[in-house]
Amino acid sequence: MGKTLYRKVWEAHTVGKLPGGHTQLFVATHYVHEVTSPQAFAMLRERGLKVAYPERTFATVDHIIPTDQQDEPFADARAQAMITALRRNCAENGIRFFDLPGGHQGIVHVIGPELGISQPGMTIVCGDSHTATHGAVGAVAMGIGSTQVRDVLATQTLAVLPLKVRRVRVEGELGPGVTAKDMALYIIGKLGAHGGIGYAYEFAGSAVEKLDMDGRFTLCNMAIEGGARCGYVNPDATTFAYLKGRPYAPHGADWDAAVERWKSFASDPDAEYDDEVCFNAADIEPTLTWGISPDMNMGISARVPDPAEEPEPEKRAALQAALEYMLFKPGEQLLGKSVDVVFIGSCTNGRIQDFRTIAPLLRGRRVAPGIRALAVPGSQETAQQCEEEGIASIFREAGFDWRLPGCSMCLAMNPDRLEGTQLCASTSNRNFKGRQGSPTGRTLLMSPIMAAAVAVTGCVADPREVFSPLS
Amino acid sequence: MAFETITTITGKIVPVPGANMDTDRIIPARFLKCITFDELAGKMFYDERYAADGTGKGHPLDAPQHAGASIIIGGDNFGCGSSREHAPQAIRRSGIRAVVAESFAEIFFGNSAGIGLPCVCASAEDIEKLQQLAARQPESEWTLDLQKMTLSSGVHSVAVQMPAAPRDAFLQGKWDAIVELMNAPEKVEQLAASLPCPSLPPRAHAR
Repeated sequence: MGKTLYRKVWEAHTVGKLPGGHTQLFVATHYVHEVTSPQAFAMLRERGLKVAYPERTFATVDHIIPTDQQDEPFADARAQAMITALRRNCAENGIRFFDLPGGHQGIVHVIGPELGISQPGMTIVCGDSHTATHGAVGAVAMGIGSTQVRDVLATQTLAVLPLKVRRVRVEGELGPGVTAKDMALYIIGKLGAHGGIGYAYEFAGSAVEKLDMDGRFTLCNMAIEGGARCGYVNPDATTFAYLKGRPYAPHGADWDAAVERWKSFASDPDAEYDDEVCFNAADIEPTLTWGISPDMNMGISARVPDPAEEPEPEKRAALQAALEYMLFKPGEQLLGKSVDVVFIGSCTNGRIQDFRTIAPLLRGRRVAPGIRALAVPGSQETAQQCEEEGIASIFREAGFDWRLPGCSMCLAMNPDRLEGTQLCASTSNRNFKGRQGSPTGRTLLMSPIMAAAVAVTGCVADPREVFSPLS
Repeated sequence: MAFETITTITGKIVPVPGANMDTDRIIPARFLKCITFDELAGKMFYDERYAADGTGKGHPLDAPQHAGASIIIGGDNFGCGSSREHAPQAIRRSGIRAVVAESFAEIFFGNSAGIGLPCVCASAEDIEKLQQLAARQPESEWTLDLQKMTLSSGVHSVAVQMPAAPRDAFLQGKWDAIVELMNAPEKVEQLAASLPCPSLPPRAHAR
């Protein structure tokens, strides 16, 4: 029997079995940001420990930075304290920090791949659940907590137990206006927000293979929303073409050897999986969430559920609670519902290809009156590319507020947040209660194309109708 | 360095019902704007418990009969969402010593284990039973026994589950992994030398 990529990467990075039964797993690449790392550095200091492999840790600042202007000191003293702490921790420990000046700052899950630091066959961790994103290059990437960040800083290893692997195949062609985001939401809707507990998701099948890298990042990014700590796609020609020429990718004579090595990590054709599911790409509609968990989603033309039709009392209560929070009526259609805010960005959909896809659709159009529309590129490099390609000016001319890079309104740790019960069409990853900064704020997760359709119409809209014809 | 062994936890139980109790609900992101965990005590489930003007919403955690409870009874996929260790830190620093739920999100489970907060699973039926008992007899003392893998009080007892490795770590006082991880630096060094490192050498972008 062959092996999965997950197992090959796991074996290649195993230091040994710890007496307690956990595996000591070596971490090839470690990312840190300002929210979950200061506690870890403090723990190191308390114990008098040093960073063991500083060349394998990369830092940036993304969660707390303002996106309107970034002159320091920030208006928020706590945010300033966090960036200051990160600067100090990196300087003291010899860690490369992609700071605000320098051109490489951005959301950690956008810059890692963009710089070519995340590579196939690696174990990649970060104190951030969306680390699953990096699995798109064919890596085993997962989120960890701050105590584990300490473990990685001190030893470059983690005490972990292996996951099972579920192959999630999507076969066929995605329809016009249907994207990797819709695919991700569809899969989560089918398997549930808890469905991936205990599993890594290997995304495969012809529809996944056809995705460009930015689509694959979107898909793997959302694995955690389906409960899977890791998501990955086997590395192929698309992966290698993406990595070639990036600053931290191997180059010259090393490149060919690296590609050969990377290929060897792909799952074998006869690999054994713990579970397998298959979906038909043609069944996937432009999809959006209607509730307070990412699995509460539906095709654009569907109606929100009616709790009265749910026989199980616990599920009925959950549906009811979600509808009450969202201020939606049972069985209601969302198509045509007025929206207050549109947010395009985040580690899910703040990449260059996301902006390239919607810029031509927005050309010559205007954001609907009364809508606050934010576009937040995921990194300084993405922002610069958008300027160079004329994308940023299309967004500005359409009436979007074109911002500086950061996590922004995905989790509202900076000043970008919803007010009251505002309804937000968001390309981010979580529709949890209060997620976007107002304890009563409401989130509709969707693709960038659908968010653009919402922006120009002012209400929930089918991108296939608004932007007809879509390819 | 050895840590305390955790074999039994005794105290009152308190229901925090509902599936998919995410870490944004356990600790809203605005409380993450800090460089230590010191200010998290009392902040757990903040927006679930208090309205914007600070008035209570009648959450079980604030009911007088549940005051001082040590064990949370949760639903399916407890702790899903963000990897913020602030979530289990807020729970532990607010006086909770264990969580019993139908299932746990992977990262939350690991974060909790690493700070000495056991998370154990029970069947959906038993969770429902525990939540009813918590409502009916809130003053009862319960004991979570990691040796016997039961949660019991008087005549009531339910079976709980946890994988062997984290359970043994609690029982042996080895739940903080760093001690074991630091044991064989030469083995780590050997492996590190065989694995490519992306930072060498950095160069200009060739885009």
